Amino acid sequence: MNRTMSLVCGSAQKWTAAITVGALAAASLMGPASAEVGPDDVKIDDGVVAQPIADQPGDAAAGREWASGRKLGNCLACHAISDLSELPFHGEVGPPLDGVADRWSAEELRAILVNSKTVFGDQTIMPAFYRTAGLNKVADDFAGKTILSAQQIEDIIAYLLTLKE
Amino acid sequence: MKKSIGLIGSAAIAAIVAASAVADPDDNNLVIEGQSLVSETTAPEGSAFEIIYSGWRFRSPETQVLETDDFENPGMVAVEYGYELWETAAGSSGKSCADCHGAIEESMSGLRAGLPKWDEAAGKPLSLEHLINRSIKEHQGADAWKWESAEMLAMTALIGLQSRGMPLDVQTDGPMADWYERGKELYYARVGQLDMACANCHEDNWGNMIRADHLSQGQINGFPTYRLKWQGLGSIHRRFKGCMKQIRATPYKPGGDEFTALELYVASRGEGLSVETPAVRQ
Ligand code: HEC
Repeated sequence: MNRTMSLVCGSAQKWTAAITVGALAAASLMGPASAEVGPDDVKIDDGVVAQPIADQPGDAAAGREWASGRKLGNCLACHAISDLSELPFHGEVGPPLDGVADRWSAEELRAILVNSKTVFGDQTIMPAFYRTAGLNKVADDFAGKTILSAQQIEDIIAYLLTLKE
Repeated sequence: MKKSIGLIGSAAIAAIVAASAVADPDDNNLVIEGQSLVSETTAPEGSAFEIIYSGWRFRSPETQVLETDDFENPGMVAVEYGYELWETAAGSSGKSCADCHGAIEESMSGLRAGLPKWDEAAGKPLSLEHLINRSIKEHQGADAWKWESAEMLAMTALIGLQSRGMPLDVQTDGPMADWYERGKELYYARVGQLDMACANCHEDNWGNMIRADHLSQGQINGFPTYRLKWQGLGSIHRRFKGCMKQIRATPYKPGGDEFTALELYVASRGEGLSVETPAVRQ
């Protein structure tokens, strides 16, 4: 809590926000809010990204949106998610994400989302959602950009953590 | 799940995914106008598949039936136009294709099944579009057609139809060996923001649903193909381009060396399947 405040105490307004944010973060076990980390600076150790990469804690409701949007995460292209059964056409390329919170921690999910190859190996078909290095022939519109923003990654993690069996 | 991923690693996971992919092409037989076509056969030697399937076997019954009857097949409109072009005099020669090649049923029979093929004069393999344009320019003395033009699609559909039912069989040795290798490299190369290769979907995950799409083995035995999504015919290279755009990659140029090499490699993966031109897909 203290750390959170010292990081964001630029103005009274921000200070209040930091308290709320800090409280939310503590409640959702996401750890304190921190500064956004760029795609080249994310540290993945042993299949884990220990610290959040966005400056705001994840918002599960927003994450639910990102996970289903075709132009965003489009997780549904490859994964079935019962919680999103109102949407048609769930893919079967990857395993269903039901109960995924029982299998992975927030820190592990962060590594999977940032760059799944660091967890599943180079052969995986799952795209790296927060990475720009090491890609080839990226279309101009997307060059130098990550598929998802740091905040969207945190939002999706918050959403995935609600998927308990 | 988590434990097992840690223990067995990604190779094993890939194997599991691949094994589960041996799912549902349907059991339907492809019979067009009374002629039985091969839509399933033992894979060619060295193939990543055991059995290869035409994309037709992954489509809905409603789409499938359109291909089995030439009056229903929406690609046949272009074939009609192709006949017209075939018989129309053009260019400085004042001749039609038919004037030199005679009956198309004979002169063009079997051509589609063996493409792309090595061309000594060009010093490289040529696709059907290349061959047509060369003849138009050099023999007929007319202007070349654009790769994806109505004329080109009509003519490739008409010529392809003359091989319908014949098995794909392309040369991959001799001077073609390097091109085959190049095509293979491209097939397995990860590209685009999504960092995917052709093989990720069409080798590792065929049979699986990717959102609303039933992934096929990515065979090209039916091109040019009438796609309901396109509301028209499209070339092999257009299809390659579409896939590359979907994974947010900069596509290679239709008619360029990369796509010709890729066409050769993908054709070789389908050896034994019948030519279905003009096929109908979703
Ligand atoms: C192109 C297909 C594809 C897309 C898109 C995709 N994934 Fe995956 N995902 C996979 C595959 C395949 C696996 C299984 C690991 C492997 O085989 O590489 C996987 C595994 C996972 C796992 C571990 C699952 C478990 O139960 O242990 C999680 C969590 C996950 N993905 C989350 C996501 C999220 C969240 C998104 C969207 C932001 C997403 N994936 C998008 C293909 C995909």
